[in-house]
Amino acid sequence: MTDIGFVRSHLEESRPAPHRTSGPLAWMQKNLFASPLDTGLTILGLLFLLWVVPPLFNFFIGHAVFPGGTVEDCRALNAGACWAYIYSEIEFFIYGFYDIDQLWRPNLVFLLGALLLIPLAIPKAPYKGLNAVLFLVVYPIVSYYLLAGGVFGLRVITTEKWGGLLVTLILSVIGITLSFPLGVILALGRQSQMPVIKTLCVAFIELIRAVPLITILFMASIMLPLFMPQGTTVDKFLRALVGVTLFTSAYMAEVVRGGLQAIPRGQYEAAAALGLNYWQRMFFIILPQALKHVIPGIVNSAIALFKDTSLVYIVGMKDLLEAVKTKNDSALEWQSSNTSTTGYIFAAMVFWAFCFGMSRYSIFMERRLNTGHKR
Amino acid sequence: MSQVMQTAEERRIDTSNMKVSDTDVAIEVIGMHKWYGDFHVLRDINLKVMQGERIVIAGPSGSGKSTLIRCINRLEEHQEGQIIVNGTELTADLKRIDEVRREVGMVFQHFNLFPHLTILQNLTLAPIWVRGIPKKDAEATAMHYLERVKIPEQANKFPGQLSGGQQQRVAIARSLCMQPKIMLFDEPTSALDPEMVKEVLEVMISLAEEGMTMICVTHEMGFARQVANRVIFMDQGQIIEQNEPEEFFSNPQHERTKLFLSQILH
Repeated sequence: MTDIGFVRSHLEESRPAPHRTSGPLAWMQKNLFASPLDTGLTILGLLFLLWVVPPLFNFFIGHAVFPGGTVEDCRALNAGACWAYIYSEIEFFIYGFYDIDQLWRPNLVFLLGALLLIPLAIPKAPYKGLNAVLFLVVYPIVSYYLLAGGVFGLRVITTEKWGGLLVTLILSVIGITLSFPLGVILALGRQSQMPVIKTLCVAFIELIRAVPLITILFMASIMLPLFMPQGTTVDKFLRALVGVTLFTSAYMAEVVRGGLQAIPRGQYEAAAALGLNYWQRMFFIILPQALKHVIPGIVNSAIALFKDTSLVYIVGMKDLLEAVKTKNDSALEWQSSNTSTTGYIFAAMVFWAFCFGMSRYSIFMERRLNTGHKR
Repeated sequence: MSQVMQTAEERRIDTSNMKVSDTDVAIEVIGMHKWYGDFHVLRDINLKVMQGERIVIAGPSGSGKSTLIRCINRLEEHQEGQIIVNGTELTADLKRIDEVRREVGMVFQHFNLFPHLTILQNLTLAPIWVRGIPKKDAEATAMHYLERVKIPEQANKFPGQLSGGQQQRVAIARSLCMQPKIMLFDEPTSALDPEMVKEVLEVMISLAEEGMTMICVTHEMGFARQVANRVIFMDQGQIIEQNEPEEFFSNPQHERTKLFLSQILH
C-alpha cells in the first residue's frame, strides 16, 4: 500500500528559466533548417532570390540613369530606370500646373502641415489641445488662402491649376479628417433609438456603400451642375472633395459600428448608472474603447481613401498619378522605352511610402493604447 | 457563506447609526408591471423603502430580482405602475432619469469598471462631469473612498491589473464618489472567487453601519441575517414574502419560500 498523505516541508524557491540556445547559428537552425522540408524550402527561397534580385537591382540602381544623366542614356540598349526624367519633371509631379514662381506657397503649406502634424502624432508632445485646434481649424483656412490667393496681395491661382502630389495630399488629409468624425456620427446615428435619425443614417450609409466611388464623382461633376440653378458653379476640386469624403465616411461608419458592438452592455449601463448623459457616455466611455478596437479598420479606410483620390482624374483633376500619366504621354523630349515605367514606379513608391507610414503609425498607436485590460 | 459567518464572529455590527426613518421615503414602487416582449417579468410589485433601510432581495434565478432593482434607476423601463425615487417619479423624461441616477449608486455583478481609464479616473469622471466638481476636489474625494475600501495604493493602475475583489471594491467606491442617497447592489459577490467575497461584504457592512439606504440582490444569506432589516423573497416576477430576517429564516410562511430556503441552507 502506498501512502497518499503528503505535506510539503519547504516551499520551492523560484529560479531563472533554463538556458535557451541563442546566437545566429541556433536561430538559423531553428528557423531555416529545422527539418529536411525546411531545408529544401530555404534552398528554393535562396534560388528564387538569386533569380529575382539581380535584374531588379540592375533596373533600379545598377543600370539606372540618375539625375544628371541625359535622355540618350535612358535610350541606351541596357538602360534601367530613368530617374533623370523624374528629377527633371518633379515640379510637375508635385505641384501640377501651379505657377512656377509661386511654388513657395504650396511649399509653405507642406512645411506648416508637417510642423503641426508631427507633434500631434507624437503622444508625448505637449499642448495637444492647442495643436489640434491649430491643425484642424487654423491650418486649413491658412492653407486655403495661401494656395488659392486673393488676399494680402497673393495672386489668385484657381484650383484648376493645382495638381500632382499637392492635390493628392490635400484631398486625403481633408478627406480623412472630415470623414472620420462624420463616420463616427453616422455610426452613432445608426445605433440611435430615434427612428428618424436611425433611418436617415442607415439610408445614407447603404446608399453610398452600394455605389462605386467613380459613380459618385461622376454625379458630383456632371449631374450636380444640372440640378443647380443656372450660373452657380461649385468648384470642381470642392465637388471631388465632398464626394470622396462622403464615400469614405460611409465605410468609416460601418467600421466604427463594429467597434461599438464590441463594447459590452455593462459599460453602457455603468456609465448611465453614474448619471452621465448620452454624449458624455459616448465621448468618455464608449467611443474611446470602441475606436481603439477598430484602429486597423479605420486606417484601412484612410489608406483606401488615400489611394482612391487617384480617381479624381474622372472629373478632370490631375492628382499625382494623373500628373505622371500626363507627363508620360506628353514629354516627347524624354521618350524612351523605360520612361513611363519609371514614372509609374515613382508614383507607386510615393503612394506606398505614405500608406506604409499610416500603417506603421496605427500599429504603434494600438500598442500604446493597450492598457492590458483583457476582460 | 461560511466567510460571512466568520465575519460575524470576528466583529459585531455597530448599529448605532443604522436608523430607519419613519417618515422619509426613499423609494416607492406602486403596482408596477414589466414585460420583455410578451414575457411578463415583473408583476404587481409594491414596495416602500424608507430612508436608512437595508433590504436584501433573494429568490431563484430568473425570478426578476435584478430586473426590479434595474428598474429603480431606469436601466430597465417599466410599462405599468409608478416608481418614485427620492420624490421623483421615473418616466420617459430624460431629465428625471438623470436626476434619479445622480442620487442612486449601483454596483454590478461584473463590476463594469471602465477598462481604458485608471482607477482614479474611474472614480472622478462622474463627479467632475455630472456634478461639476473641480478635478482636485474630486480626486481628494476619490482617494478618501479608496482608503475606505482599503486600496489607495492602486489609484493609478488600470482595472485589468486588479483582482476581482479589488475591482468590486473600486466599483463601490466609484458609486460612493457621487455621494448617492441610495445604493443598489446587483449580486455584487456572485462573480468573485470565494476568498474575495469577504472583502467586498466587509465594505458593504461598513456602508450599512453608516446608515446608507441599500437594496441588495444577493445570495449571501449570512449578510442578510447580519445587516438587512428586511428580506424580500421573489419568485416568478412577484414578491412572494417579506419579513425581518430573523422571522424570514426561522419561520418562513409561503411554501415556495420554505422550498427555496431548504435548498440553499443546508
